[in-house]
Formats: sequence, C-alpha cells, structure tokens
Amino acid sequence: MTQSVVVQVGQCGNQVGCRFWDLALREHAHVNKKGLYDEALSSFFRNVDTRKSDSRACGVGGRIQHLKARAVLVDMEEGVVNEILQGPLREVFDSTQLLTDVSGSGNNWAVGHMTYGSAYREQIVDKLRKAAEHCDCLQCFFLIHSMGGGTGSGLGTRVLSLLEEEFPEVCRIVTSIYPSAEDDVITSPYNSVLAMRELTEHADCVLPVENQSLVDIVNKIKQMSHSGKPGSVIKRDSAIISGRGGLSGPEKPFDAMNNIVANLLLNITSSARFEGSLNMDLNEIAMNLVPFPRLHYLVPSLTPLYTLADVSVPTRRLDQMFSDAFSKDHQLIRADPKHSLYLACALMVRGNVQVSDLRRNIERLKPSLPFVSWNQEGWKTGLCSVPPVGHSHSLLALANNTCVKPTFMELKERFTKLYRKKAHLHHYLHVEGMEQSFFSEAVDSLSSLIEEYHHLDATKRRLMPDAPRLPIAR
Amino acid sequence: MSVVTVQLGQCGNQVGHELFDVVCADAQDGQRKAYSTASCERFFHQTTHGADLVARAVLVDMEPKVINQSISRAAKSGRWRYGETSHFSQKQGSGNNWANGYCVHGPRHRDMVEELVRREVERCDRLAGLMAMMSVAGGTGSGVGTYVTQCLRDIYPSTFILNHLTWPYGTGEVIVQNYNSVLTLAHLYKLSDAIMVHENDTVHRICSQLLNIKHISFGDVNRVIAHQLGSVLQPALTADSHGVYSRNPLGELVSSLACHPEYKLLSVSTIPQMPSASIAYSTFSWPGLLKHLRQMLISNTKMEEGIDWQVRPTAGSERTSSLTAPSFNTSLANLLILRGKDVYSAETGAFEDPALYTSWLSSQEAFNLWKSPVPFNKYEKSATVVSNSQALLRPLDNIVGKAWNMFASRAYIHQYVKFGISEEDFLDSFTSLEQVISSYSQLC
Repeated sequence: MTQSVVVQVGQCGNQVGCRFWDLALREHAHVNKKGLYDEALSSFFRNVDTRKSDSRACGVGGRIQHLKARAVLVDMEEGVVNEILQGPLREVFDSTQLLTDVSGSGNNWAVGHMTYGSAYREQIVDKLRKAAEHCDCLQCFFLIHSMGGGTGSGLGTRVLSLLEEEFPEVCRIVTSIYPSAEDDVITSPYNSVLAMRELTEHADCVLPVENQSLVDIVNKIKQMSHSGKPGSVIKRDSAIISGRGGLSGPEKPFDAMNNIVANLLLNITSSARFEGSLNMDLNEIAMNLVPFPRLHYLVPSLTPLYTLADVSVPTRRLDQMFSDAFSKDHQLIRADPKHSLYLACALMVRGNVQVSDLRRNIERLKPSLPFVSWNQEGWKTGLCSVPPVGHSHSLLALANNTCVKPTFMELKERFTKLYRKKAHLHHYLHVEGMEQSFFSEAVDSLSSLIEEYHHLDATKRRLMPDAPRLPIAR
Repeated sequence: MSVVTVQLGQCGNQVGHELFDVVCADAQDGQRKAYSTASCERFFHQTTHGADLVARAVLVDMEPKVINQSISRAAKSGRWRYGETSHFSQKQGSGNNWANGYCVHGPRHRDMVEELVRREVERCDRLAGLMAMMSVAGGTGSGVGTYVTQCLRDIYPSTFILNHLTWPYGTGEVIVQNYNSVLTLAHLYKLSDAIMVHENDTVHRICSQLLNIKHISFGDVNRVIAHQLGSVLQPALTADSHGVYSRNPLGELVSSLACHPEYKLLSVSTIPQMPSASIAYSTFSWPGLLKHLRQMLISNTKMEEGIDWQVRPTAGSERTSSLTAPSFNTSLANLLILRGKDVYSAETGAFEDPALYTSWLSSQEAFNLWKSPVPFNKYEKSATVVSNSQALLRPLDNIVGKAWNMFASRAYIHQYVKFGISEEDFLDSFTSLEQVISSYSQLC
C-alpha cells in the first residue's frame, strides 16, 4: 500500500485541506469498524504512540493510538493555520508540519514565489523530507492551492518545483482553485497566469476547479433540499457538501464548497486505498490520462451530488449517475465537455457496481461524446467496492478534454487587459528576483498551451483516415 | 506431470484463483480415484501432515491488495490454499505502464521471483511445464509477466511454457491497453511455446446470453475462463498416454497444436455452457454436442447460440484471405477434448475433415483427440476444442490497428520512453505482429 502526502498552501489551500482531513477521518471511521490501524488508513495517516518519548510511528495492524496526518501546512499569515490548530483537528497535526509567517503575500505572486520561496526554501524542503521519510512507499504528493492570490499561487508553485527537484519520481497531483471572472482580487489574472506556467511545466496532473462552479453546485443542492417537493428529502450526510459526521462543529461559510473539493480528493484515492475488482492506482491516472506531457489538465466531475431519501429504481439511478457525470452542471469548472473533444476519460466508480453496469453505460454514452480519432475508445475504468459515506455508489469522472481551452482563453484575456495598461505591474517588478520577462514568458506558455488544444480541436468532426499499416514482405 | 502456475498482476491472480477452485472442486467431486489423484498431483502438493492441498502456484503482483484477497479467499474455501510463502508483492503497482513493468519492476525483483518459482518446481516429482497467467492490458501482468517469462525461458530452456492471456474488452479498461498488448504479444511470441487467449468481450457474451447472468461481475467472467481452462488441463487420456492419464499434458498440447513458430495463438471453445441450476435438468448427446462444436469452430463463434450454419468449409482454391469478409475459419490444428459419460462412443470423424484444415498438414496430423470418462465440473458430458486457427485474427488485427493509429500521433509515448522503451522498440513490436497477422491471414 502506498502513502500520499498532502501539501496545503495559502488560505484557500489550508481551508480546503482542513475539510479534506475532516472528511477523510469520517470516511475511515465509517469503514474501519475495528479500530485497527490498517493499510487504508496508513495511506494518509501515521499512527503514533504519544506516550513513548520518541513518538515513533507504529506499524500497520495494531490498534489506533494517535493518528497524525501526512501533511505539510504552509501559509504566510497565521490566521487560517491557527484556526485549524485551535479547532477539533488540532490533534491530527503536530507543530513540525507547519510553516507560517505573519505578514502574508499581499496577493502578489512574486512575493510568494520569490521572496518567501527563497527565504523558506530550506525549511520547506526539510518538512517535506520529514513527511516523506515517515512513508514506507511514497507514491504521490497532493498540492492544494488557489491560483488567484499570493501565497497559494506564488509560494504554492515554488513548492511544486521543489517537489520536482527533490522527489522527481513521486507523482505530483495539483488541485488548483481558479478564480472566477468576478473575483475580488484585482491582480488575480496576473497571479493565475504566472502560476499556470509553473503548473504546465512541473505538475504531473492538474485538477482545475472553479469557484463559480462550486457555488452553482451548492445552490443547486440547497434548492433541492428547500424545494419542499414530496419525495425530495435528501438523505442526511449524503450531500457532497455536507460535513456531517465529521469532527468539526457548525459549518463555516466556504465549508460547503470546500467539501466538494475534499470529496474529489477522497474519491480519486479511493481505489488506491480500498479493494475492488478493478483497481486504479494514482500512477495509473497520470499514465492513462496524459497523452502529451503538457496537456495534463483533467476536468473533474462528481456524482451523485446527493442521495434522495426515497428509494427509486436502483438501476435507473445508477444510469442517471453516469449521465450526470457528463452534464455540464456537474463539472467542477465552467465547461461543456460534451461539445468539445475528449482526449481521454477516466471513470472511477465506488460502491456496489459491477463491470456489466459500467460497460452498459459506456456503450450508451459513447455515441454522444466526441473522442479524438486516435483514442476512440479512450476509457480508463476503476471499480472500488467501498462506497463513500452516505451513498451506495458514486462516480468520479476525470476528463482530459479540450473544453479547458475557453477557460484558459478567458484567463489570458483578463491578463492581457491588465498587462496592456501595465496596471499594478510595479508591485511585482519591485520584488527582488522578479523581471518583466516572467510575465511575457508566462503568457507565451499559456498561448502555446491554448494552441495545442486548438490543434486537437481542429481534428474534431473531421474524419481522420487510419494511418497506413506497416507493409510486410510476403 | 505437475504444472507450476505463475499468477501475474491483478487479472492473473484473480483468474488463477478461480482455476484452482474449479479443478479442486472437480477433482474432489467424483468417485474416480485415479482421476482425483492425477488432478491433485498436477495442481497441488500435499503437506506432510494433514490432507491440506497447497496449490503449485507463485503469486506475483506489484501491489498487495489482490494477492491478499486471493490468499484469504482460498484459505476460506477450506478445501485448498496457497503456500504461505509463495507470493511476492511490492507496495506500488506498475501504473498500467508496460515499460515500467518490463524495464523497472521485472529486473528489480527478478531474483525473488525466480527463487519462488524454483522452490515450487523443486517440490514437483516431475515437472510437466510452467503456465504463466496474465492480462495484456495493464502494466504488471503484461510487462512484468513478459519479463518473468523471459527469465523462466532462460532458466528452464527445455520446459514447456504455456502463456494464458486475458485480452481486455474492446472498449477500454485501460486507455493504453493496445500499446501494452502489442508489446506483450510481440515479445511473448519469441519466448512462449503456446499462447492461449481468452477475450473479455467473448466471455462477457457467454455470461449474459448463455449463463443468463444479469449483473455480470469480473468474478463471473473469471469463473467461465477457469471452467474452460480447467476442461483443457484436467487429466485426460491421450493417444500417447497408453491407457493412463497423460503425464505430459502441456507437452502434448504444444506438440499437437503449436508445431510452427509463426503460429502460436490458441483459442478455446467449450460446449455446453449453461446456468449451473439448469445442468441437472438437461441431457446431452455426443452427436448433438459435437455437431454444434464443430460449427462453432468453423464459423468462429464461442457460443452454442446464434451459430451461423451457413458457413461451410470451402475448397482450398476458393478460400479468400480477407480480413473483412466473414469467412470460414481455417484451422492449422485442433485438439478436441471429450469428458464424461459414454465418451468412447463419441463419433469425431467430422473434425477430421481435411476441408477444415490448411493444406500443408494432413488431417491426421492436424487433429488430435483426448478423452476422459470422468464428467467435468458437473456437466455429464462436455467437449472442448483448443484451436490453432484464424479465430483470433480479427481481434489481433483490431488491437494492432488501434495501437498503430495511436502511435501515429505519438500519444502517450513519452510515458514509455520515461522508463526505457523507445520508439524503435515499438516499431519492432508492430513489425513482428504484422508478420503474425499476415501468416494467419494466408492460412488456407
């Protein structure tokens, strides 16, 4: 069994991370009835006996003593991390896993990346190394951050390149929260584009998430539960936004949205942690979904969003789950994959679903989904037998789809609007180590990424002839 | 006369487990002592104390979940189990990457795996051969499996090695499955004595249309494969075995069917196949069974329903070697295995019809017959044909075609190059398989 380390950077990263740990504990408590520290738990938690003076970790198989998260928390201001340490999750982290400063990054990518990146380089590498040493077999780093601010965006991407330098063989999966168009941080386009370049070059996979989509999903669920229609009562703790059953107390404002992202991470790792008839490990995700090194942006969608309390026909509900995964209301970014081109698609199913159900739905949905000519059957599937809390089955779809192109083009436009006028540029250029070339290189990287997607899009609907086969001397 | 099985990767371990289950139950079922003894000797060894049957198997996987499951399920059955130290696993899988399996994991763990196989082989009084079970779609079964086959070929140059491969569903279980399949088949073709293939699509159809299973799971699919494999490998009386159960099953299988290095692909058809609840209420006759099985063979279907009775053997000169037109399935060689009641009265002349075979072997050389008077796996009468024919030609061509299309755009190639497989290696593999396709196409 492999382990993963979560690195949460910045305010957003830490808030999402906090929800992730809460829901992870809830999930394992649900599954692990005997209180034994098993392989599944060890993928995200260490088991430590705090009574012993050296607090060394206990191996798999014994009783749970004290769970510590395999995490590194980084923030350049103390507010969020302090809140975590005063909340019910404080026992899960120890002080050696935290790195904080007081003044924050001022929503400035350059401050995060250059200033703090250099100042804290040693400490960051040290903490990462410690976390890695606690792992028997480290498979993956999960980086959680936002793109629009200063710390998550700047320092977060600096951490990403450190991860590549120090641990080149460990997979890097980055969950990036992209700002909506109406973001209140004026310089978020600068921060996002500068960060994008780092993501394109140093990440193995990126799961882009847009705040606006999360808001829409939350509203949809709230509408559903308040609509008062008979038979529309949502089962408790089944909603993807619900943190019920976890440790934390009353819900805080962004909790609902952050729970969605936390569930995304739980579902991605489910097949690596729990058993199933067709396992899908984390390294298989990068292998199957990334046909070309730079095109590693995977659009996530989660279904079901909630379970109705009344029992409807099981098979229809199952099929509905598959259909929903491809509807644009369930994507975590504002995009419509059905009308763009699929390069590859992964379906991770949890719960009591058999291979025949999977096949039936793939057959049913295939005709309406345009796939690139050389990957007409580009499906990667995984079946995990353990369902998530509150549901009997669930589906996570990860699509490598050209529908990210409009998102990136919008981002580039917002960037260009500011850059043309050189607005706020001096804040960045004042930072030591920062030069104007960073900006032009970053936007060039984004442009060529958009170009690559564009090329692939152009092949859509065109009947590509099969490549002529190798001739054999008869 | 013992067979040592190496189970590789998730599929290999899951199917292998079902196979041992089937043969153990079948061996302990009837009252025929000679058959039970032969079967147990072939697949199990008995511990010095107690009647514990321990499978002659080595379980290999790069991550531990599946092996743990197989071992505990076997132990729970109470009838047989896996050896306590006969498995090898690592913590992290091969990531569906053939190059990772073949270039990294294989060499890294070579010594351990060889040691485990050596121990199993030494426990055999007499080794009939090795069987490696794996899938071709993933990373471990395909990549590590190919590497292990290569090592075993080096260590045991005169032992028969049979590779049992499971081909994935056409519509993806793994996106790079066609690449992995091409690399595996090209390499195995040079190493293996015979390659026996089951396709998930075909077995799935058997489950849904013949066995009437509504929600088909991988367990169901694997049990059908195990049943078919079991019907081939359980003890039988052969032409050379002189009235006792053959002590050289793999050798006789290989020499009957894989007589030419260009032709090593074997497919399996079994009749009857029905829901287990219906077996007790059905009666079979050898003429009926054999007539259907023969037509299944020549029209290339694996099910006794929906057989195309229009397909007939054509004279050699009229045969087309077209990949698109549904044509008659020419055989190079066939092995017919009959099990059950009144087996000596079964009339098999129709299978010796020279029209079924290519012109360069006589039908006496091309047709082989094994018999066993013991019913297999609850079927009063059952017949299996293992065929070296054009049956796998179209599926193979599809796999190579799709892989080639993907290769033309160089998609995913960087993932393989990262671990040591170059574009040249890909081209070599494609060339080998085009050769195999060409050879089988021209069989007439």
